[in-house]
Parts: sequence; C-alpha cells; structure tokens
Amino acid sequence: MAGRNISVSEASRPKLPRHAKLKFDETRQVWVILAPERVLAPDEIAVEVLQLCDGERSVAEMVDQLAAKYAAPREAISTDVIAMLQDLADKGFLNEAREKTP
Amino acid sequence: MSDILAEGKTTAAPDDGLAVLEQRRSTATSYGIPLAVLAELTHRCPLQCPYCSNPVELDRSGSELTTEEWKKVMTELVELGVLQIHFSGGEPTARKDLVELVQHADDVGLYTNLITSAVLLTKEKLAALADAGLCHVQISFQGNEPVVADRVAGLKNSHEKKIQAARWTRELDLPLTVNAVMHRQNLHQLSDIIQMAVDLDADRLEVANVQYYGWALKNRAALMPTIAQIEETSRIVEEAQARLKGVLAIDYVVPDYYALRPKKCMGGWGRQFFNISPAGKVLPCHAAESITGLQFESVRSNHSIAWIWQNSDAFNRYRGTGWMPEPCKSCEFREVDYGGCRCQAFALTGDAGNTDPACTLSPMHEKIFKLAETEAAANNNRFLYRNFAGGTLETEGDHGA
Repeated sequence: MAGRNISVSEASRPKLPRHAKLKFDETRQVWVILAPERVLAPDEIAVEVLQLCDGERSVAEMVDQLAAKYAAPREAISTDVIAMLQDLADKGFLNEAREKTP
Repeated sequence: MSDILAEGKTTAAPDDGLAVLEQRRSTATSYGIPLAVLAELTHRCPLQCPYCSNPVELDRSGSELTTEEWKKVMTELVELGVLQIHFSGGEPTARKDLVELVQHADDVGLYTNLITSAVLLTKEKLAALADAGLCHVQISFQGNEPVVADRVAGLKNSHEKKIQAARWTRELDLPLTVNAVMHRQNLHQLSDIIQMAVDLDADRLEVANVQYYGWALKNRAALMPTIAQIEETSRIVEEAQARLKGVLAIDYVVPDYYALRPKKCMGGWGRQFFNISPAGKVLPCHAAESITGLQFESVRSNHSIAWIWQNSDAFNRYRGTGWMPEPCKSCEFREVDYGGCRCQAFALTGDAGNTDPACTLSPMHEKIFKLAETEAAANNNRFLYRNFAGGTLETEGDHGA
C-alpha cells in the first residue's frame, strides 16, 4: 500500500503514478493527464505544478519556486497547491515517492 | 495566482475531461477527435462467461488482423489523435505477439491498458509487458471465491489463477483495476469482492452490472438481479466509496433495466470512442454488430481509419442529436445522454433509432422494468456458456468446465 492514500503537506514529495501520464497532446494542442478510462484536462497552472511533481522535490520547494516566479504571497500559494494536489491524490492520480531504503 | 490555482483544482480532474477538450477543438463539428480505442485482438478465450460482451457470432482466429496490421492500425490511430488503447478480446494474452504490440503502442505514444481474464498470464509474461511500457492492468473477477467464480467463468481453477496474476501485477508495481461483473448469482458477494480488491492492493474497482446485449441477452433470465439486490448494491457501493476514499477508487455501472435515466453510452455514438474487432471492423461500440442493417468498414478496406471515423454511414447514422425521434428530440437531456444506448434500443424495440427503453420517457420503459422483475423472480439459474459453437447449456454439476 506504499505511497497511496496520501495526505499532502509541504513535506510531501508527490509524483504521478505509472497509470497517470501527463502529456502534451499535439493534435488538440492541450495538456492532458491520461489515466485508466479517463482523460483529464488540467489547466496551465495545474500543469506547471504537476511538472514539478517528480518524487524528489517537496511541496515546500515547489511553493517557494512558484512564489518567487509569480511574486505572490507564499501562504496563499501553499494553500492552493496543497488543495489541488490533495484533490488529485484523493482521485488516485497522485502518489508519494516511496521512502528510499537505507 | 490564488484564484487561478483554485480554478486549477476544479479543472485538473473533472469526471469528463472531454468537455474541456472539446471547447478547445479547432474544427466546429458535431463530434470530436476520438480519445480511446478498444482493440479486440482476438475472440479466443479460455473462459466461457455467460455475459461475454463479444458478439454471438465470434470472429475465427484465421480472420484476425496480423501483427503488422495491428501495428499499422496503431500508427494511424495516433495520427488521428487517439490517446489511449485498451487491449482486449476475447483474451488478449492469447495473442503470442501481445508484448510486441504493447511495445509498438508505447513507441508511437499511446497510453496502454490491458483488459484481461489473467488466467494465461505468467509472472514472466507480465514483466515483459511492463518492460514494453504497459501502463495499466485490468483483471476481471467473477466472484470472490472459486465456487461461484469458476462456475460463472466456466473454467476450473480460474479464480485461483486470477488472484495469483493480480498479486504479480502489484509485485511488478503495475497499477491494477479489478473488474467485477455483477448479476443475480454473485451480487451477494459484493462486500467480499470489495474487500478482495483492497486485499489485492488494487487501485481501482469497477462494479459493473451486466449489460444485456449478445451473450448476456441470451442469459438474461439467469443473470437479472432483483430490485432488492440492486438497492442493497447501491447502499454497499456508496458506503465503500466513502470508507475507501484515497485507497480504492470505485466506479459503479448501474443496471439499465432498473434505471430512471439511460446511460450516456460510449459517451455518445461516434463521439469519443470506437472499437476495432479481431478481423479489423471499425465499430462505434463493441456490441454494434448486433444492430442488423448497419454496414461496418474494415481497416483492411481502402479507407483510412480517419475517413471511417469521419465519413462512414455507421458512425454518422446515430451521431449527435439530428437522428433523434421524440421523446429524445425535444428532451432537455438529449446532449446529456445522447438518447442512451443504440444497441439496447435495437435489442428491445427492434429499431436502433428509438429511445433507449432504460429511459423513463420511453414508452417501453414500464414493460422492461416488469420484464426484469419477472425474470429475476423466476430464478432460472442455468447458464448458456459462451463459445464458438453458438453456446452450450450448463448441465447439472458440470460447472461448465
């Protein structure tokens, strides 16, 4: 059950699971998330956040990066990023990177 | 920024991404670019499930598309804008070239899903499929234990093999959907099936009531649930969905005969999906061949798949809303459900252009509701097993195996 049913926090290091692929669809000229029996269409900001979800970077680091880029209050960004990622996680489209074995 | 992200939350994971995709479509047409294709690689299958979704007239192995033909098909699909391919059957792992086909799908950029009974899988075969780029595995289960499950499948030891294959799937870190087709003779196991899916570490469970076309229509009397079962099923599913949020996603397909509104079958005829039969026919859905009077083009014809999707009579006949008679024509839900299912309308009314009788607005609705109640109450449990010989009736104690 590793990595599933995650509660997203600033310490999380989320990544898309194998069955959820973020990809730019050339035909429709739009970003999509491909998942079992589903095609999702994330907006530009969601895409930007998801591209940072590599299982290495923590949510805190993502928020720092976005706050700097958009010169926006860190707290507001943190709230929004966590809410968006939690929503994806609850639907099964986001995992936490497995703990590295020592 | 904050507002944009809040919007991102709602649009990042809608239930139907197509609505968003369609808004961005460049050409204003009544249909879009197909999202996904069901590739029925073969109709051969070691199982004999009485509700099989294949047509009663099965394609023989000699007529199946070759490896090279399937590869060419997949390349064409990508050019058309298809994003996902579901390898199905029959039993797709009965094809010796499955790994090669998955590899090609991955090479051309398709999201790959394997829809399998799993009884022919070995751990080595699964590992080879994973290495070839397989994104997801869906395994069908007929029950939560061998007595019911093996009888429904018409194959001894099938349940045990499925459990083993599901474990290998997760050991290889492949995502797993458990598909449970439900009917009168296994609905009592639903709670246990949900627990089985959790124990197997599945990501997703499809609780799919049988849809009555083809083989299932022939077996309707043996499969139709009672109203009491359906009420209990809805209760169990809702409770489990809430309890297992974030652990197991549960999709629920309600039974048409007891529905109030028809399902948006295939997302609308010729709108998002299509099916390719083992012999290469391009079909609006897997049951479309049950509608007599429609001609289906083949990938072996001189036409491209794009041409068939856009121009063939079979796809255009029930596309959009222009074909609709009343009560669909003036119905406020006509673009919500697109009139329901054409195959069901044909099977129950004799005309695929009628309103799906699953809808309360259909003049046939009351009749099929009563029919379902009557058949369920009669409790005739004998199966007609699916095979190439037109079906074999279950005999006392043979469990079909």
